[in-house]
Amino acid sequence: MYTQGLNTHETQGTSPVDTEREARFQARIDADEKIEPNDWMPAAYRRTLVRQISQHAHSEIVGMLPEGNWITRAPTLRRKAALLAKVQDEGGHGLYLYAAAETLDVTREELVEQLLTGKAKYSSIFNYPTLTWADIGAIGWLVDGAAIMNQIPLCRCSFGPYARAMIRICKEESFHQRQGYEIISTLARGTPEQKAMAQDALDRWWWPSLMMFGPSDKESQHSDTSMRWKIKRFSNDDLRQKFIDATVPQGHALGLVFPDAQLKWNEETKNFDFGPIDWEEFRQVVSGNGPCSRDRMRTRRKAHAEGAWVREAALAHAAKRRSRDAAAKLAAE
Amino acid sequence: MTEANWPLFEVFIRSRGGMSHRHVGSLHAVDAEMALQNARDVYTRRGEGLSIWVVPSGAIKASDPGDKDMLFEPANSKIYRHPTFYEVPEDVGNM
Repeated sequence: MYTQGLNTHETQGTSPVDTEREARFQARIDADEKIEPNDWMPAAYRRTLVRQISQHAHSEIVGMLPEGNWITRAPTLRRKAALLAKVQDEGGHGLYLYAAAETLDVTREELVEQLLTGKAKYSSIFNYPTLTWADIGAIGWLVDGAAIMNQIPLCRCSFGPYARAMIRICKEESFHQRQGYEIISTLARGTPEQKAMAQDALDRWWWPSLMMFGPSDKESQHSDTSMRWKIKRFSNDDLRQKFIDATVPQGHALGLVFPDAQLKWNEETKNFDFGPIDWEEFRQVVSGNGPCSRDRMRTRRKAHAEGAWVREAALAHAAKRRSRDAAAKLAAE
Repeated sequence: MTEANWPLFEVFIRSRGGMSHRHVGSLHAVDAEMALQNARDVYTRRGEGLSIWVVPSGAIKASDPGDKDMLFEPANSKIYRHPTFYEVPEDVGNM
């Protein structure tokens, strides 16, 4: 999953600008050197990364909810085991990413707090409901497909810990997309009712998947800086077009119809032309008015609150063991 | 109530017999035992390793990136430390 660059306004730091160091920093980036946590970096670079990586991590964690919804109702044991493994992966991806963000001098607790208070955003796509089993196929095929498109360039991001986390994540995501496509193809080749389920899922997930790439380049305000810092390598619109070009033939191969009357191959540009995206819907979902936004936040807050005693008990147990070990050592001396 | 934070551990994994342990990431745990269990779940879901080390992050002393030149630059001028510095007559063959 990916972060969409949601807070496009970069607040100016209060620290004085050190032009000489910034020039040296930019020269390192231009030479394709990786920046590591202890290296000097501009405050805005650090802020941008903390925001992007943590929102990415939050998206992985919240992303477990729509899919977790179907684990107990998966149609076969094979599907259930695969979905369980996939949701477990998403939790793992969240942890790799939180760890990468923490190297920038922010604590895990602060980041989780930002998610739970609604201060930090997560990907808009997870605020849509998973109504049928076919939605699990659509999420793997489209949502993870879009995520991979976004994430592969991040493997070359200038910040070392983020790039390394993304390499692990990308390796694991390809299983996600293939399991999703297998679910959709099985349905599309099944009974008329099953095919209708696959079509219905595509109808509902197609446009939200395209929105995952974030606002159009004309509206995205801090893209230039992220490009200059090599946090971002391709523009939102370029990635979106790449995703459409790759995905449409996969849908056509299954006899599915994309919910866009203007979708058409353009022989001249060698791309698919597509209809306008409903950015008002995107803005609504991002600002917390998606179909499941409140439900997702309520679920996360409840899980965090109800897990508090476990976290406290684990700490107390570890402290008790440490003091017992120390006492035993003392007695032995 | 403000919760106490769980300590941070760095995770190192030996991917195959004969290889050295390599840093793969970090995680939080209350103690080393839990760190090992969590590392197994988080970092070895697909047969990535045969052995795990966990080390409290605070126990690692790292060199300062600012000292990079002072520490490593001197090696660059000592080309006589490399075998290619020395000439071996062609008719002797590989050495």
